[in-house]
Amino acid sequence: MNPNNVKIKVENLKKDFGRLNVLQGVSTEIYEGEVVVVIGPSGSGKSTFLRCLNRLEEVTEGRVIIDGQDITDPKTDINKLRERVGMVFQHFNLFNNMNVLRNLMLAPVDLKQCGKEEAKERALAMLERVGLQDKIKAFPHQLSGGQKQRVAIARSLCMKPDIMLFDEPTSALDPEMVGEVLDVMKELAREGMTMVVVTHEMGFAREVANRVMFIADGVILEEGTPEEVFDNPQNPRTRDFLNKVL
Amino acid sequence: MAQIFNKYGPILITAMGQTLLLALYGLFFACIIGLIVGIMSVVKNKFCRGFALVFVNLIRGVPMIVLAYFIFFGIPFFCNSILKIGGVTLTALQAGSICLALNCGAYMAEIIRAGIQSVDIGQMEAARSLGLPYWRAMQRVILPQAIRTMIPSIINQFIITLKDTSILSVIGFPELVNTAKNVVASTFLSFQTWGIVAIMYLIVILLLQWAAKVLERKLKYESK
Repeated sequence: MNPNNVKIKVENLKKDFGRLNVLQGVSTEIYEGEVVVVIGPSGSGKSTFLRCLNRLEEVTEGRVIIDGQDITDPKTDINKLRERVGMVFQHFNLFNNMNVLRNLMLAPVDLKQCGKEEAKERALAMLERVGLQDKIKAFPHQLSGGQKQRVAIARSLCMKPDIMLFDEPTSALDPEMVGEVLDVMKELAREGMTMVVVTHEMGFAREVANRVMFIADGVILEEGTPEEVFDNPQNPRTRDFLNKVL
Repeated sequence: MAQIFNKYGPILITAMGQTLLLALYGLFFACIIGLIVGIMSVVKNKFCRGFALVFVNLIRGVPMIVLAYFIFFGIPFFCNSILKIGGVTLTALQAGSICLALNCGAYMAEIIRAGIQSVDIGQMEAARSLGLPYWRAMQRVILPQAIRTMIPSIINQFIITLKDTSILSVIGFPELVNTAKNVVASTFLSFQTWGIVAIMYLIVILLLQWAAKVLERKLKYESK
């Protein structure tokens, strides 16, 4: 982690869905190479927070600044920015109409990041990294949940992002497949990727996170190192939540 | 029946050709209208969505026979007598094609809208999160999946439209029903003539269904 380089700066972020105020003013800074794990009860706004970081949700108020670029500014080329911010979803969202290789090659080739040959090389390298080089011809419906999620991670990595957002990446998986996905994520963290992870995997948080952030009712109620938050939570809401999940 | 077919077969087959020609023109433009209006009804822009809604409801709310009379007689009359632009005429083929294209286009738009909306929203989000612009994502990810689920409904609509060409006999287009009416008028053999006509429609539609099945099988996702 490099505390001299702020990758993501969030200033008083608010998000409303109609009359529902999901985020009620979130501010934080995330550093280069930092792994931030976001926990909290369901409906607390943690996924919405994550989705605001690449403007998958339009921000109601406040600013999100990535590498000095305000992504809430309508003039920002959001597509260009998203190329550098990978996202992994709870339900994988692999393109069902393409095989694994084409899933991985689509964006790099379509956005002219590189030629077809290089995109293929990249794709094969990424698949090897997640241990699925033998699945290049398979279609999403032929893969297990864990395999799908590893392909989804590889697909994001093919764009060479320097930030990765994970939205409950293991919540839709059978228990025996959670490990294989977390292993890939741990590997990424070790290599110095800046990661924001919304998850219920407290073991992963404890092992990998530099910082754990507890969000409830649309605000950050508590944050700190995993030891601070898990072993000595200050806020009664945090204590209550941890009692229920640990 | 065989006698009738021997004598009137060639003109009935020619009439079937006219039916198919009319259906082909109609369906071709209906696909274009359907795609445009269908996409208009799912984009963010309120004007586009409003236009699509009005178009679809307007066409669906008017019987095709009324639409046919309106286009074939009404439009030229409006141009010539009210706007005083002389010499506006529509051939039965032109009016018929427009009529079919509008009618079928409205239903196709609904099929396409439903097809696009049936694709999981996560597919669009994943494409956008990789940096693909909206239209690129639509083209590469959403539409290919939508079209696959739409095929049975589209074929169904094609069949309906093919049969609806018979309604255009009322504006004098020499398609199969119109021609058969003339054959009956001169032979009085209505059982045989209409029997032959029914079988001719049936054959063409069965062929269309068979082609659709082949197409559907081809579009299955398999590792190749």
